Amino acid sequence: MAYTEEELKKELETKEYEYGFYTDIESETFPVGLSEEIVIAISKKKEEPEWMTLWRLEAFKIWKEMEEPEWANVHYVKPDFQAISYYSAPKKADPNKTLDDVDPELLEMYKKLGISVDEQKKLQNVAVDIVMDSVSVATTFKKTLGEKGIIFCSISEAIKEHPELVKKYLGSVVPKTDNFYAALNSAVFSDGSFCYIPKGVRCPMELSTYFRINQAGTGQFERTLVIADEGSYVSYLEGCTAPSRDENQLHAAVVELVSLDDAEIKYSTVQNWFPGNKEGKGGVYNFVTKRALCEKNAKVSWTQVETGSAVTWKYPSCILKGDNSIGEFYSIAVTNNYQQADTGTKMIHLGKNTRSTIISKGISAGKSHNSYRGLVQVSSRAENARNFSQCDSLLMGNECGAHTFPYIEVKNKSAMIEHEATTSKIGEDQIFYCNQRGIDTEKAIALIVNGFSKEVLNKLPMEFAVEAQKLLEISLEGSVG
Amino acid sequence: MSLKDKLVSSFMAFENNVDVEHPVHEVRVDALKNFESKGFPSKKEEAWKYTSLKSLENVDFSIFPKEKNTLEYKEVKEYFINEIDTYKIVFVDGIFSSYLSETTHDGVDICLMSSALSKPMYKQIIEVYFNKIASKDDSLTSLNTAFSKEGAYIYIPKNKMPKKPIEIVHFATGNEASLMLQPRNLIVVEENAEVQILERHQSLTSNEVLTNSVTEIFAADSAIVDYYKIQNDAENASLIDNTYVNQKNKSVVNVHTFSFGGKLTRNNLNFYQNGEYMDSVMKGVTIIGAKQHVDHHTLVHHIEPNCESHQDYKGIFAENSTGVFNGKIIVDKIAQKTNAFQQNNNILISDKATINTKPQLEIFADDVKCSHGCTIGQLDEDAMFYLQSRGIPQKEARALLMYAFANNVLASVRIPELKIRINKLIATKLGVNLGFDL
Repeated sequence: MAYTEEELKKELETKEYEYGFYTDIESETFPVGLSEEIVIAISKKKEEPEWMTLWRLEAFKIWKEMEEPEWANVHYVKPDFQAISYYSAPKKADPNKTLDDVDPELLEMYKKLGISVDEQKKLQNVAVDIVMDSVSVATTFKKTLGEKGIIFCSISEAIKEHPELVKKYLGSVVPKTDNFYAALNSAVFSDGSFCYIPKGVRCPMELSTYFRINQAGTGQFERTLVIADEGSYVSYLEGCTAPSRDENQLHAAVVELVSLDDAEIKYSTVQNWFPGNKEGKGGVYNFVTKRALCEKNAKVSWTQVETGSAVTWKYPSCILKGDNSIGEFYSIAVTNNYQQADTGTKMIHLGKNTRSTIISKGISAGKSHNSYRGLVQVSSRAENARNFSQCDSLLMGNECGAHTFPYIEVKNKSAMIEHEATTSKIGEDQIFYCNQRGIDTEKAIALIVNGFSKEVLNKLPMEFAVEAQKLLEISLEGSVG
Repeated sequence: MSLKDKLVSSFMAFENNVDVEHPVHEVRVDALKNFESKGFPSKKEEAWKYTSLKSLENVDFSIFPKEKNTLEYKEVKEYFINEIDTYKIVFVDGIFSSYLSETTHDGVDICLMSSALSKPMYKQIIEVYFNKIASKDDSLTSLNTAFSKEGAYIYIPKNKMPKKPIEIVHFATGNEASLMLQPRNLIVVEENAEVQILERHQSLTSNEVLTNSVTEIFAADSAIVDYYKIQNDAENASLIDNTYVNQKNKSVVNVHTFSFGGKLTRNNLNFYQNGEYMDSVMKGVTIIGAKQHVDHHTLVHHIEPNCESHQDYKGIFAENSTGVFNGKIIVDKIAQKTNAFQQNNNILISDKATINTKPQLEIFADDVKCSHGCTIGQLDEDAMFYLQSRGIPQKEARALLMYAFANNVLASVRIPELKIRINKLIATKLGVNLGFDL
């Protein structure tokens, strides 16, 4: 081996977050604090119609009455909501500009991230709607999508141009009253993506959004709404990286998916926000509400690879309302150093013959804590509901923790529910086997982790699978021993 | 007056009947304070999410039975395992019945908590063990501690084994319209000793009874404890059973819980493994119908390395019944080489029945094997068809399959007469005569 173990350890420990750079772009930022005036100002800034302003104000009113939840198995310093600036937009951005006119600094940043917009446009056949600090900067492939009648734009644009759709579906899956962070998001959401697939249309390409948190001290409040009309299909990717920052940044997004009769939505996430350094300082708070509504024969599939954030609190859920609808959840959550993740899913079976599958893989290393929290609920009218859940945890080192909290509530006798969970470490003999064949321990672990996560990685679209695999390796570097 | 206020205000009357100079009384006073500040647990608490005590809190329970009641042996013979000879500690409406009991001091102490608390010769043991493992935080355990006075006291010295199993039976005669009982048991099994204990709560009428029981079990090095709980009470009897087990090196403790009766049953079973190379076994069969509610809440805390725990709970839920299972396994950082297994299988046979289950793992050590499995389903239609095609009527076929489903748990019962008794209870519960000795 080129390194001794000691050297390797040292190098890895000092290795800073690869994407931890900060691009200096002039931003227009609101003063810190949250009040009715700020909510109105955000709405005005975005030139929203009156109904939207009222909607936000109502959410703000609800939020004020709510208390921050504490049930999750995570410990952190609570964010001070009056010390956050709720709006920040890159100043130079102009939606009318072409790609070439985009701030070269921005383009430079994407390059560092490996998302060259025009390259993706040509080579990967992926339309990218880049959300950077709350305002969509560049949207590509709009035309190709437009021909099929697909609407893929920022949510603020959708509010202006497709109010009837937004009015009908915004808040229909995640109501304003849902939870503390959803209410907050409803009041102050800055931007996000909107996607509508018309009846019977199969979206020809993977839709993708890259989120970035850039401006220091700005909470990122994204709002995503995806509507798949009857018989349509869409695959949506969401990927995230954030620059290195000292103070904790709050991210409270809301994602709503509406899958109408016979429609299918595949929603994939790779989340790699700054997890804090190895002392557990800094890092992003990720408190997200993601939920999907499935009508008759509809299908929603969530796939997520979670490697980032200091604190993650996230439960992509499916409400299986229509008969024969299907919900799927595939997840890999990796925590290292002082990261904490409390993540899982909810499958609410309401319709007849509904099916759900949950595969969750948790990997904890360092001093991190990784929890799976899930709910499978079968209502008394959900005949022949079927669920299979599997959550496996892998522990590396004896300072981390793996926890499972699966809730199962069944009220129908025809339900078939299976739940399995295991916790173990990487077998010494497996590593020995690899060593014996000349594969060093670091690589062997990467290999084994890869095998452990394969079931989930396989569900990711091609472009993401490669990136996700790389992320897994990066996040677990230095955890050998 | 709410039940809580009633309990708190009756503590003074209780003090008139106990030795307030005894060191245990200080423990009682502290416990009452804790209960007073916490009150009855509500559904808002995570541990009580699926079980509500609201309906019980509104009942005007009498806390001290007014008079001593007697029962004839033949009236209650069927509630004992009468085929074999056993030691018996019997309470009627919370008061010890010397007539029905058979206690001993011959080499082992099988007697009463009240005498252990009053006689100087037990003082040392009480000081070492009393309320040492029971939670000082849990409000219902505190409530019991505050009113702790009577119950079973079992002390098995080093290398001893009592000649026969011990039965602890609580009868409620129904002389009171509604009665609350709070038995407190202490079981100390010293090094290399062994004991078999059966516990039963039986109400003889349909009057309301609430039992809030606390049992502390201490198993020293290499001790073996078998504890069987038979919960087949009358329809208006509710039971909150808090059992705390402290185990030392190489000990084995098996707790079997058979829940067939009662209105509301809550079992809090807590194991603390303070040692190495030991095994904790928790098994249970629950078969309920009507509006019954059974909640199994288990905790196994693996504190030291090289230990095992095995949990296996089976439930069959009919009519409007509700079943809850909440199993928690905690593996501490130093508890390497732990093997912890947990299984919970349920069958729902009615659309109005509900099952809520939450098997929970909290693991801080890496070299462990922990798993839990949980299923909810129905009887296999093919198996039903197979049996029916061979001339077995539907009802019997169903019962056979359900019996087979529960059989895993019965296999480890080590008193044959008890096993037969449980089999009979299951057959009655399923409403069939299987025509053979199970």
